[in-house]
Amino acid sequence: MLYINKYKNKITAISGILIVFGFITGAFGYINFKNALLILATVLAGIPIIIKAVQALRLKTFSIELLVSIAIIGAIYIQEFTESSVVSFLFLLGDYLEARTLEKTRSSLKTLIDMAPQEATVVRDGQTITIPAEEVEKGDRVVIKSGGKIPVDGSIVLGQASIIEAAITGESTPVFKEVNDKVFTGSIIDNGYIEIIAEKVGDDTTFAKIIELVEEAQESKSKTQKFLDKFANVYTPAIVLLAIIVFIITRDLRLSITFLVVACPGALVIGAPVSNVAGIGNGARNGVLIKGGEVMDKLSKVDVIVFDKTGTLTKGKPEVTDIKVFGDIGTDELLGLVAKAETISEHHLGQTIVKEAEKRNLDINNDSVSGEIIKGSGIKAVVDGRSVIAGNYKLMNNENIEMDDKVLQYATEREKEGNTAVYAAIDGQIKGIFSIADKIRDDALTSLKQLRKNGIKKFVMLTGDNRHTARLVSGKLGIDEFYAELLPDEKVEHIKKLKNKGHVVAMAGDGINDAPAIALADIGLAMGEGGTDVAMETADVVLMADKLIQFSHAYALSKATIRNIRQNTFFAVAVVIVLLAGVLSGNVHLASGMFIHEASVLLVILNAMRLIRFKSR
Amino acid sequence: MKKAEFKLDTLTCPTCVKKIENSLNKTKGINSVRVLFNSSKVKVEFDENETNADKIGGVLLSLGFTVLSTKIT
Repeated sequence: MLYINKYKNKITAISGILIVFGFITGAFGYINFKNALLILATVLAGIPIIIKAVQALRLKTFSIELLVSIAIIGAIYIQEFTESSVVSFLFLLGDYLEARTLEKTRSSLKTLIDMAPQEATVVRDGQTITIPAEEVEKGDRVVIKSGGKIPVDGSIVLGQASIIEAAITGESTPVFKEVNDKVFTGSIIDNGYIEIIAEKVGDDTTFAKIIELVEEAQESKSKTQKFLDKFANVYTPAIVLLAIIVFIITRDLRLSITFLVVACPGALVIGAPVSNVAGIGNGARNGVLIKGGEVMDKLSKVDVIVFDKTGTLTKGKPEVTDIKVFGDIGTDELLGLVAKAETISEHHLGQTIVKEAEKRNLDINNDSVSGEIIKGSGIKAVVDGRSVIAGNYKLMNNENIEMDDKVLQYATEREKEGNTAVYAAIDGQIKGIFSIADKIRDDALTSLKQLRKNGIKKFVMLTGDNRHTARLVSGKLGIDEFYAELLPDEKVEHIKKLKNKGHVVAMAGDGINDAPAIALADIGLAMGEGGTDVAMETADVVLMADKLIQFSHAYALSKATIRNIRQNTFFAVAVVIVLLAGVLSGNVHLASGMFIHEASVLLVILNAMRLIRFKSR
Repeated sequence: MKKAEFKLDTLTCPTCVKKIENSLNKTKGINSVRVLFNSSKVKVEFDENETNADKIGGVLLSLGFTVLSTKIT
């Protein structure tokens, strides 16, 4: 049995050759010789089919092989050796081509799996050894050189590198990482050298989880698929029954076995699943995990998207957007002084200023800093012998810092644009204003435009932030409705309302705070922490690279996938109808019927393969 | 209770899934069977006192499927 399976391809080829020789000898008039060759071809190609049919039958399942087997035996019985040999040959050839093309539709996942690292270089007991990647243990020190692949999830303890994280995020631009940064399995060191401590190994790595998730997603069936499966279960035995009825009525064995072959449910059963597999695979390669056919279906129907503001539409981390200097002081000098002072502050605005100074490589050594924090206002300090006061307008007033109209006007302008203004005075004189804001994500506007172009009717923004900032952000992005100063359960209420109005709602938000709203929405989308377990478990769609543009890709992809499934189903049904009509009118015979049937299956797979290359940008 | 994952040669026919599920479910010591058609994998939960991965692999083999690799957890 195994033997036959192993040589199935060869058997197919030999029976094909036998058929060709049969026709040649037949053309020269050796009819007996021709028949012998064709019978041999039938037997050779028929055996694997019949064996499979019997195996399935023993398990009480009706298979396509059973239909074909009956047809082959029937054809031999009425001595139609051409038909019997061509049918068995075409069936095996079709099987082979199906396997080959199916492999291709699954290939996007395979390219992911192929990114899995094979070996790792670890330092154990002071010795550097190379071991298979799966043998790395938690706590091992792993060495990765330029061009190498990171074998486990971990944190960098030595060195720095630019790393391509395409296996996780789908982004091929390298990211720079250094000591204390986390790195992921499957990433490639583009340039540099790092040593890491393994934190997650084996099946626990983010990479392994992605693979498992995608595998499960490709398996999970949509409602249509489940229906088609059930349909096929009833359909196959029904066809056998119908063929018998046709035979009883017409007494035409040839007609009834032709009927058997053309009614095989091939393209209909395989049409929807291959499209889904190709679509989900495309998503995974682009850093979007779509959890199954059902999600794909729903995602394509979404017409309202609800966004959380902070961390979803904005970066979620405040940044210094501008430093305005008044009087005779350099920007870096001012920033350096204020940053040194702010090192004693825990306030997030202060920390943002310190970070900006670090980014500009300024010295923020705070040995010579002494000062006090004025709660809710700012900070008063002495830095390198100079007095530094930084904080809000109230603090400047209390400290009797004089500010002219020019300064105040500038501050108001910045605040109108959504910034928080931090005033800085050196030695009792106002010297500058720091503008700090949570910036809108770079890709937000483009993504929203694309989403709207692809069919989203309404964007809603829900935020816990104040009305002023909310209005600014929603104005800049063209959000249709916004609601500010909300608590998590009020967000849930808004989703409920939208759903009751008959909208299909997608909610994109922070995986933890917005979890209830995400769970309630038709499609839940976790942003900002693509790789975390919580996000991967609760969301229906996971964005691995934390980019909105990936969401717009996923939306366009889901529409394309559903369209593809419709095309396939329509095509498959049309082929069956045409074939049946052809058989009943006597225009389609056994061999040609088989040919059209196999061709339709291949066409359906080829159509699905277009999704692998689908690009939304 | 142990889990085993068998990677098979590319599965092509949806009826294979039924075939594998039906026969493994009838095999003694097996608690659950999941066939991943698209990734050509079979995930099995079994009682290690009653059967083992080799035996289960044997069943798959007798059904006509080539086992490429086995992973036990």
